[in-house]
Amino acid sequence: MDWFIEADSVGHKFALMFVAILLFVGIMGAILFGIDKLKRVPIWVVVAGFLGPTLIFVVFGLVYPGLNTIKLSLYDAKSKNFVGLDNYVTAFTQDQFQTVLRNTMLWVVLVPILATAIGLIYAVLVDRTRYESLAKTLIFLPMSISLVGASIIWKFVYEYKPNQGNIQQIGLANQILVWLGLEPYQFLLNQPWNTFFLIAVMIWIQAGFAMTVLSAAIKAIPDDITEAARLDGLHGVGMFRFITVPSIRPALVVVITTIAMGTLKVFDIVRTMTGGNFNTSVVAYEFYTQSFRAQQAGLGAALAVILFVLVIPIIVYNVRQLRLSEEIR
Amino acid sequence: MTAASAPLPPASLVEPEEVDTTRKSTKMSRADARAAAVKGKLSSPWTSLIAILIAIVWTVPTFGLLITSFRPRSEIRTSGWWTLPWNFELTLENYQEALFGSSTSLATYFVNSIVITLPAVIIPIALALLAAYAFAWIDFKGRNILFVAVFALQVVPIQVTLIPLLSQYVDWGIAGSFWVIWLSHSIFALPLAIYILHNFMKDIPPSLVEAARMDGAGHVKIFFQVLMPLLTPAIASFAIFQFLWVWNDLLVALTFAGGTTDVAPLTVRLAELSGTRGSQWQLLSAGAFIALVVPLIVFLSLQRYFVRGLLAGSVKG
Repeated sequence: MDWFIEADSVGHKFALMFVAILLFVGIMGAILFGIDKLKRVPIWVVVAGFLGPTLIFVVFGLVYPGLNTIKLSLYDAKSKNFVGLDNYVTAFTQDQFQTVLRNTMLWVVLVPILATAIGLIYAVLVDRTRYESLAKTLIFLPMSISLVGASIIWKFVYEYKPNQGNIQQIGLANQILVWLGLEPYQFLLNQPWNTFFLIAVMIWIQAGFAMTVLSAAIKAIPDDITEAARLDGLHGVGMFRFITVPSIRPALVVVITTIAMGTLKVFDIVRTMTGGNFNTSVVAYEFYTQSFRAQQAGLGAALAVILFVLVIPIIVYNVRQLRLSEEIR
Repeated sequence: MTAASAPLPPASLVEPEEVDTTRKSTKMSRADARAAAVKGKLSSPWTSLIAILIAIVWTVPTFGLLITSFRPRSEIRTSGWWTLPWNFELTLENYQEALFGSSTSLATYFVNSIVITLPAVIIPIALALLAAYAFAWIDFKGRNILFVAVFALQVVPIQVTLIPLLSQYVDWGIAGSFWVIWLSHSIFALPLAIYILHNFMKDIPPSLVEAARMDGAGHVKIFFQVLMPLLTPAIASFAIFQFLWVWNDLLVALTFAGGTTDVAPLTVRLAELSGTRGSQWQLLSAGAFIALVVPLIVFLSLQRYFVRGLLAGSVKG
């Protein structure tokens, strides 16, 4: 069995990978082959063959652990004694966690709004221009970069050197400040603005997503509408305000809510750039530190449940907007 | 201002354009001319300036780190990358050190990333295809309720599942192996994968499936012979999604693989380096580009499918 658990050489790792894939293909193949060969199988056997593995996976990996975490959040740090809602009281009343909640709110409000606004403006500006595809690819590229990679890219932009003697700045942001005749600034240390500089990284990543979806929505606006508006004398900003934005409203809602949900769960940026120090922590990161660093199982579970509960209003809003837009149609 | 007069960009950049316009490609030229007229007022120097400014902010940080990764260590420490034209000196030493240096050995983690990613892309897609087929084309009791239930599982943040899953893996004695990472990524991907592939499957004309059924084909035959060939683009678009997600993931790997050289992927190692050697930019810059070169290539070469998957997942809903 050890061969399957511990792989330490390159060859061994790849061998294990192929074994895993073949094993999976073999099992699924056998199930499907069996269904196909047996004559007149009852329908539930067919359904079980197609759907069974998936259901086992999600019940084992999502439903059961989810319920378990809700239970753990009502127990103490060692998951031994029932403590009722104490963990939630801690999470909502202690100063440290209030900062965390405040930061999380800032993230969830600022990232979706600014990323969507920038994505929308950019999509309108480059729409049907000569360099449209190149321009869109440039904004879109950060989406392929890991959050860790993006954090390192921006940490380098924010890099600080004290302004004395012959020392030159190596971070672009501080160099620009120096060129403008200002003092270099500790972007990641100085509270409370450091949170905003972390938020900028997430906006940088998500704007491409907003731009792509909104650009497709803009292109789907019927020509008749823009034509009629133009004959009515609408141009430029008026066109944008009264035709473009109302026409793509459903897409806007989807983009904003999708980004908001992604933002709520982001922890890579905080972890890589500040390690949650200098009052920059967010719920998703605090969950990680409480669960795995501080060994506060109950508190960690409570923070995870809070994260879950925070997602729900966003989803409800999303579904309601979809319903509304369908009714209008 | 028409597309025809534009110089031809490389193929990979043209493709997303095609996707966006396929639906009305026939009246494109007419619409283009009109759009240009409409836009007349909007494309003032100011708006161009804003567009260019956004484009600069979105590319310069990455570009700066790329330049830095090729500069000698001493230069990186004492001057900004924008001074390159004045003291022009490039080297591959940083990459050498990051990949094979005994203290970083990113090559090992690169292998781990590949070994983690392939099964974690193949397994959920195969499972989701089968499940999406069942939801779309097999008639059985409770189908709608089950589909809504799986769909709703998308909202469960993976944070909620991590600790019970981890203790389960520890009980089974497989914690810290590739198996738990493959399994976890597969589980987390399923709800969204089923949703997206189900959307694509519903777009296939029912008459095709009916015809095959008339010929006496069972569900397995219909799945493999009728649907799979038609679904290749859909599979490609979700595969890219899942690939980027797994390759770039930090949380799952951190929780289940820890920091061991045997299993941990590039992201985990990179995050670690950023914490312990935060000022050694020659390592961090090279390391960041080692980590992002594979997703970048995949992304640029398959951007068309990626955009399609993005739209299927978010707008059709």
